[in-house]
Amino acid sequence: MSVLVSMMKKEMFHLLRDTRTLVIVAVMPVVLLLLFGFAVSTEVNNVNVALSVNRHNELTERLASRLESNDYFTFKGLVAGEDIEQALRDGTIEAAVVVDCRQDGQPRYQILVDGSNTTTAQAAVAYLEQVITADNHPSTEVVTTRTLYNPRLKSAYNFVPGIMGMIFIMICAMMTSVAIVGEKESGSMDLLTVSPARPRTVILGKLVPYFLLSCLILVFMLVVSYTLLGLPFSESIINVVWLTLLYILLSLALGLLISAIASTRVDALMVSGIALMVPIMMLSGMIYPVDNMPLPLQWLSCIVPARWYISALRTFMIQQLPPSAVLPEITILVAMTVAAIFFAIRTLRSR
Amino acid sequence: MIHTLRTLRALLVKEFKILARNPQVSRIVFMMPLSVMLLMPLVANLDVKNVNVAVVDEDHSILSRRIVADMDATDHLTVTASVNTYPEALRLVEAGRVDVIVDIPHRYAADLVSGSPRTVAIDANGVNATKGTLGARYAAMSLGTTLSQWQQQQGRDKGEAPLSVRYRYNETLNFKQYMVPALMAMLLIIICGFLPALNLVGEKETGTIEAMNVTPVGKFTFVLSKLIPFWLAGMIVVTVGMLIGALVYDVTPAGNVLLIYLAAMLFSLVMSGLGVAVANKSTTILQSIFVMYAFIMIFQLMSGLFTPVSSMPQWAQMIAAATPPRYFIEIMRDVYLKGATLPDLWREYSALIAFATGLCLIAAATYRKRA
Repeated sequence: MSVLVSMMKKEMFHLLRDTRTLVIVAVMPVVLLLLFGFAVSTEVNNVNVALSVNRHNELTERLASRLESNDYFTFKGLVAGEDIEQALRDGTIEAAVVVDCRQDGQPRYQILVDGSNTTTAQAAVAYLEQVITADNHPSTEVVTTRTLYNPRLKSAYNFVPGIMGMIFIMICAMMTSVAIVGEKESGSMDLLTVSPARPRTVILGKLVPYFLLSCLILVFMLVVSYTLLGLPFSESIINVVWLTLLYILLSLALGLLISAIASTRVDALMVSGIALMVPIMMLSGMIYPVDNMPLPLQWLSCIVPARWYISALRTFMIQQLPPSAVLPEITILVAMTVAAIFFAIRTLRSR
Repeated sequence: MIHTLRTLRALLVKEFKILARNPQVSRIVFMMPLSVMLLMPLVANLDVKNVNVAVVDEDHSILSRRIVADMDATDHLTVTASVNTYPEALRLVEAGRVDVIVDIPHRYAADLVSGSPRTVAIDANGVNATKGTLGARYAAMSLGTTLSQWQQQQGRDKGEAPLSVRYRYNETLNFKQYMVPALMAMLLIIICGFLPALNLVGEKETGTIEAMNVTPVGKFTFVLSKLIPFWLAGMIVVTVGMLIGALVYDVTPAGNVLLIYLAAMLFSLVMSGLGVAVANKSTTILQSIFVMYAFIMIFQLMSGLFTPVSSMPQWAQMIAAATPPRYFIEIMRDVYLKGATLPDLWREYSALIAFATGLCLIAAATYRKRA
């Protein structure tokens, strides 16, 4: 036991000596969380739109004022029909409404949209259609729309679990793998293997400090999420905590596994940096919903641990359901953790 | 001058030998672009297609059945469940099987005829904000169409105004057209920013940089020898990316290819300048990696690669304006989709030139031959 404590002490000294890295590691997640919680949103807002009419009358005035007062649009005023093309091209506007008022009174509408970004384009068209047809349906009160769990549609709700899923796996896997491989590289691993400390103790001594560091980061992130980002606070935070602890454990085990495979620190960083980061960005559902992907990729996404963690975390954080609602996710995470630890120990022992 | 060039050549030979011997690096240089270019356009899909709808039909009239059938017939919506009570539908949402609930109240059709219409409630699952809002909007639109058709048949409504929509530059609304050009930014960020930083700090840590410092090799020659291989890799990656785009996704630039190479070269300069500056300022590999990693995360998420910059709040748009990939991505998309020319894009190019000059100056100023 005392061997373990001194191993942990040694690793703590390593960690604390490099204050610059420590500060970066502790502050970066919070900054990222704030930045993305407030800034990144997949919703479509502030669509720059211009109006082009061939004659001014009460109808076009009403349309202009409706565009101006609509939150989704930034109204760029009236443009001449022949200038629309250039304005769309250089990006000053994203959509234009052309109204052709005929003598017979029935106006004709055309919407010209920059289709480059299909998501923005479709949303803009849907908004514009609503604004234009508002005149024809005086009683718009036929339907009420509500959004469950996320009534103000904050995308922070959507992003916080994604960012957490990414940060923990990166920090835990990177830092542990570098710590262990570094020992191999500098040759001090040989010293440890001939010391009376058992391999298990050596590894555990390496993992515990990083586990504690991750817990500290978790506390920071939870405080930011529940105060500044305004996530709904309830007793389900307990579920969030134990789920994240499980995930940290899994990430540490993955770091161990990488350190067993890689022989230099640069290799370890490349594997953990690129082989973990790119799949998480692409396949975890962090940005792009998993069920929008083609089926083979959906199957592939099953091996990305972050996918299960993020999905379960969303249920806990936003829907605040009991753990029974995410039983499959938790089972898979536990199985992955056990498997990663098993393989890591086996490959490490064989050296 | 000739002497410097000869030294540079010798150093380059050394770098290429090291790169060729390290299978990990070459694997990443080849595999990462391939997998990103082949998989990402399939994954990066914010089009909300398969929205599952649960209907709570308390009306059981001809009209309510028609509303449900019309909804099921629209492209984006699938009515997967029809239940009798709202709590049942809510349970389906909690289980994640349904995204939108449409609740048609009792005596809906009868009250509509008698002139005091009740309202249909559309509740969307907000856990995924995009899918929820779009799904609710699709459902509301489908409902509106059905109702106005029905009213017209009953002779109550004056009918729709003629409305036509034209999507410019991307008539078929192919999301890949938008994604493929921008993905090259992601590749260049990693190849020209991440890898040189790793390489340089690696030399620092193994101590071989000390050996380099006592040679008569000038510091610019040394840094150049570190960067040129990655610039070459960057150009190859862009070429491969364009080929994959053309062959696999049928996405070809509408504008001049030379404009793309010009932008790619400028952007490689920007990223490697940043990489070298970070490497110079850090003492350990871990430090430089975490700093680079923070930059990469911010670049990838703030630059409009995945989510539109114009949807961000004002202050965030200002941060986005300070990220170099924003301009590169804009150039790529405009050249690919709109066939933009140099006069259309002079602002973006000058921004990239400014970033490249600034970062390369910082990189040169922070590099000391004494470690």
